[in-house]
Amino acid sequence: MFEGLTAKLQNTFSKLQKKGTLTEADVDAALRDIRLTLLEADANFHVVREFVGRVRQRSIGEDILRGLNPAQQVVKVVNDELVELLGGGSEKPFAFSSQPPTVIMLVGLQGTGKTTTAGKLAVWARKERKNPLLVATDIHRPAAIEQLRQVGKSAGVPVFDMGQKTSPADTARAAMSHARSNSLDTVIIDTAGRLHVDTEMMEEIRAVKEAVSPHETLLVVDAMTGQDAVNAATAFDKAVDLTGTILTKLDGDARGGAVLSIRHVTGKPVKFVGVGEKLDAFEFFYPDRMASRILGMGDVLSLIEKAESAISEEQALEMERKLRSNQFGFDDFLEQLQQIKQLGPLDQILEMIPGLSPKKGMKLAVDEDALRHTEAIIYSMTPQERRDPGMLNGSRRRRIAIGSGMSVQDVNRLLNQFRQMKKMVRQLGGGKRLPKGFQMPMG
Amino acid sequence: MLRGFFKKLGAVFSGKQIDEDLWLELEEAMVLSDISITTAEQVIGELKAMVEKRQCRDTEEVREFLKYELIRILGVEPARLTTRGEYPLTWIVMGVNGTGKTTTVGKLAHWLKQRGFRPLLVAADTFRAAAMEQLQEWGDRAGVPVLTHQMNADPAAVCFDAWQSAKSRGFDIVVVDTAGRLHTKSNLMEELRKIFRVVERAQGRPPDECLLVLDGSTGQNGLQQAESFLKAVPVSGVIVTKLDGTAKGGIVITIRDRHQIPIKMIGTGEKIDDIEEFDPRRFVDGIFEDDE
Repeated sequence: MFEGLTAKLQNTFSKLQKKGTLTEADVDAALRDIRLTLLEADANFHVVREFVGRVRQRSIGEDILRGLNPAQQVVKVVNDELVELLGGGSEKPFAFSSQPPTVIMLVGLQGTGKTTTAGKLAVWARKERKNPLLVATDIHRPAAIEQLRQVGKSAGVPVFDMGQKTSPADTARAAMSHARSNSLDTVIIDTAGRLHVDTEMMEEIRAVKEAVSPHETLLVVDAMTGQDAVNAATAFDKAVDLTGTILTKLDGDARGGAVLSIRHVTGKPVKFVGVGEKLDAFEFFYPDRMASRILGMGDVLSLIEKAESAISEEQALEMERKLRSNQFGFDDFLEQLQQIKQLGPLDQILEMIPGLSPKKGMKLAVDEDALRHTEAIIYSMTPQERRDPGMLNGSRRRRIAIGSGMSVQDVNRLLNQFRQMKKMVRQLGGGKRLPKGFQMPMG
Repeated sequence: MLRGFFKKLGAVFSGKQIDEDLWLELEEAMVLSDISITTAEQVIGELKAMVEKRQCRDTEEVREFLKYELIRILGVEPARLTTRGEYPLTWIVMGVNGTGKTTTVGKLAHWLKQRGFRPLLVAADTFRAAAMEQLQEWGDRAGVPVLTHQMNADPAAVCFDAWQSAKSRGFDIVVVDTAGRLHTKSNLMEELRKIFRVVERAQGRPPDECLLVLDGSTGQNGLQQAESFLKAVPVSGVIVTKLDGTAKGGIVITIRDRHQIPIKMIGTGEKIDDIEEFDPRRFVDGIFEDDE
């Protein structure tokens, strides 16, 4: 089976950790695994070779052999090197120009998600209290301009275009004066997708760049890109002197090793990542978080941030008290479900949790429909029934099934799971961890 | 177009001797064309065994073994699209976002029409902004009718209508352009399954082709894509797109090796006739052309 980078490195390091000391042979064994997994993650062949060489140099030798916990040191070296390769903490976050309008131009291969990303940038700019303008310059792909118009409409952001007859550079230039006269302070230019070997098309974006001198020229890269990412990024960088990268489709299960390659060959920072099809599924890129995720430590920081904004401490304490004192009813359960839902799409949440990386025999596909069904069942209960599920006899169950549009079996299953959950919580006593295989009733 | 596909391989063999360097260079060339490291190691293992067994001295022989091995993996005979049967047939074109499904459907329409078929295109991407307009434009270019519904209509229902109307209006092949879906989204994969089931019910047999469109620049994730789509519907073939750049699309070799899904067509440009049937022999011969 295809193992995730995370899983394999974890495995490698757990092997290392079993030993008290670290020999050169151990390091080499680990490095072989690291090399394989990085390659499986689509990091470029040459980039991986260099990376592994650096890690080896820093791992073997005095530093490591003198250290008290060699395994930890290797983990740290790999982590540090990864973070460094991904841009460390040294990068400037995205900055709007002090002299508006700030001009952002998006370039990239076909199908990487430029138009969607343009919409996401506009929504993000809006949140930053800016007045964005989207500019459609893709005169090549059928209905591309129409697509941006529709994206603009759902984002509530104006879209400027001059049809398919005007050259992209002319459209961009006209968009600038349109922005100025309408006091729009952020101009986002969507360009046609193009192959980096297409000289005519590369000339076209160079002309756009010259016409409007953008503050940011961002390469939009699909997280699923393979070895060729290096060639494409190099060519785009040469043609339009990129200022950074946006990595898209990170909500899939691609390891995204291409980002290592691009960062390495262009030296330009990754600025944002796209994590879903909705226009607000857009985040800053954090090198340390990405590296942690790659190394199997999970994206705990993001998770904690999300949890903190969704669940207050009092709520959590109250819930725990109820659980322990056995007053936990369906109302409380419903409240819990809603808190979980506030965290965001469940499959994304699970991916952030250490040890839950995909492809470890763990089913990550969380059925959000099932959650909705569970909710529907609970909503069909009377307040009394929710407090005291014991009173749910056959006819009540039938009524609930009809009311929620589910079957009686579905209702029974939920009740069973709920009973088991309460039983397990009772058995737990003080402070012990939940047993393995513990399942939240999700219908 | 085939020359682009790991053109380095030819160079690897010229004027070399059989030693560890040769194997390393071979591995590098394969990995750089997005063949998985596992497949690369396995192929090199076979070659080494062959060299051992036959006491080879000549890199020319190794080169012939490699050709043989790659053709063996890719399937000796070209896999063709199903164009014969009880009309109308249904082809479902699917894949993750941005691989070039709509463009491919437009090219297939043209390709079919040129061969005397009467295709009907169906816009089952009722989700992405302007996806239907995009397909309509391709239909106009190919001179092939396009059936569209409203935004957010149920894609399975759209397909059902399309098949009915194709039958009553005498079309041969219904080509369905589905929405891009990341293979990790269970609800979207379920939607695809539903399209499959509904077509199966309408025509009394499974859809005649379930074609996975794979972006030629996709790396190792292509394998996961193939596996997930395979779990949802019986994928009958792969169409590799965007092979006119520098990307090599080697992951399809790994996909073919692991799951026996044949490559049926390749897309080689943005023009309507930039599509051709995939021929393993020609393809592998092309790999070894040394002229670049």
